[in-house]
Amino acid sequence: MSEMRIIDARDTFCPGPLMELISYMKRASVGDEFELLSTDKGSINDIPEWIKKVGHEMLSSEQVDGVWHIKVRKAK
Amino acid sequence: MRILVVGGGTAGTIVANNLARRLTAETRAGKVRITLLSASDRHMYQPGLLYVAFGHMTPDQLYRDEASLLEPNIDFHVDPVTKFNLDKNQVLTAGGKTHDYDILVIATGSRMVPEETPGLNEGAEFFYTEASAVKMFKRLREFQGGKVVVAVGVPHKCPIAPVEVMFMLHDYFTARGIRDKVQLKYHYPIGRIHTIENVAIWAKPEFARIGVETETLFNIKEVDVKNKILKSEEDTEVPYDLLIVIPAHRGMEVLERDNLGEGGWIPTDRFSLAMKGRDNVYVVGDTTNLPVSKTGSAAHFQAETLAENIASIVKIGAPVRDYDGKVYCFIEAGHDRATYAMFNYQNPPDLKPPSKPMHWFKLSYNQMYWTSVRGLL
Ligand SMILES: Cc1cc2nc3c(=O)[nH]c(=O)nc-3n(C[C@H](O)[C@H](O)[C@H](O)COP(=O)(O)OP(=O)(O)OC[C@H]3O[C@@H](n4cnc5c(N)ncnc54)[C@H](O)[C@@H]3O)c2cc1C
Repeated sequence: MSEMRIIDARDTFCPGPLMELISYMKRASVGDEFELLSTDKGSINDIPEWIKKVGHEMLSSEQVDGVWHIKVRKAK
Repeated sequence: MRILVVGGGTAGTIVANNLARRLTAETRAGKVRITLLSASDRHMYQPGLLYVAFGHMTPDQLYRDEASLLEPNIDFHVDPVTKFNLDKNQVLTAGGKTHDYDILVIATGSRMVPEETPGLNEGAEFFYTEASAVKMFKRLREFQGGKVVVAVGVPHKCPIAPVEVMFMLHDYFTARGIRDKVQLKYHYPIGRIHTIENVAIWAKPEFARIGVETETLFNIKEVDVKNKILKSEEDTEVPYDLLIVIPAHRGMEVLERDNLGEGGWIPTDRFSLAMKGRDNVYVVGDTTNLPVSKTGSAAHFQAETLAENIASIVKIGAPVRDYDGKVYCFIEAGHDRATYAMFNYQNPPDLKPPSKPMHWFKLSYNQMYWTSVRGLL
């Protein structure tokens, strides 16, 4: 298993956390894991929604000091 | 002190000119040398490509000679870098030259990579290069009706272009008197029709008003050229008669080859604009990995900040300010109206209602750009 990589998308409005995640996921290999940092409260809904629709895997999500830490794995 | 700027586009030209003006005395005294290396002797105003794709501008109107835009104390060469040797503070060029530097600025931009998506080059029209924009205009001219599908790859420069192209398609087919024969369908990668929430909220009823159908959570996977079907990563399909795509982008190949950054995007500190892990290498414009829109506007504000900081490093040994994430984007809203979005790391974009004066301002900016890259605006 490759090590978890961090995507720092805090305090961004454009392209925004989900677009950042999509970019990284596209270039990744199956099994790669990412921890996305986001201060956008929308991320907690739109990231799981996309992950589910496209068929990747949500690992966890938690909020620490106002920052969402969302962990995902590329599954296909 | 040898300052080397690589890339003569929006960001590199502004950095070089701004530095040249701030360091006139130092360059005259021979204490500082500013060198600019680029891959072309011409500078293109890329936003004009959208107008070329609709027949409102011709390609020759988009170019100026790079040398004519530069301050005289800049040593300019058209000689692209083929190797970055950061451990030796050195770059090598296609012309076989070696350039040593004390401070390096990388501003090599980004490029679309349609060849990475099966069927895209064969099946789709683009407008992100001169040749593709001219070809798209010719396709639009001969189009007599049917389903026009627009889709967007990730990441791409100019995040506002997908929305603008819909208004322009509506206006174009209306002007030709065939709007009733054309269906327009817009596809976007995330769960709303634009990544900036305020733009999505504003554009939704506007799209409904002009009859644009939308589908979200649609990431381009491949094109079945024979059957004219666009397929998504999310396992949906859409048939088309004319397919217009903003393809995914990468940074320049040489950066990937020399391991400066995955995808050609260089890891960059979001405030100082220094390349991560290097204290004498800076990155500006599209080629940073910053979570900031890849726009001429971001490139401009980053370049101004960086030039001021490098000049201060030369003069007082320390930088003076941070890049605050500022971006200002015009948004063409159809019907000769436009609006804009302005934001930074802390403040989300606020959107004003589109107006005609804003559209005229955008048209004037198409000319004012040349003053802006000279560093005069
Ligand atoms: C259709 C379209 C519409 C757009 N609309 C807008 C808009 O409305 N508003 C906005 O703000 N932005 C817009 N943009 C985006 C904007 O043009 C870019 O974000 C901006 O040009 C980025 O500046 P840059 O300096 O990073 O890269 P560029 O301006 O692309 O410059 C890169 C430079 O690097 C040089 N180079 C490349 N490789 C090498 C090498 N190996 N060695 C040396 N030099 C090299 C190139 O020759 C070029 O001069 C649009 C872009 C397109 C395509």
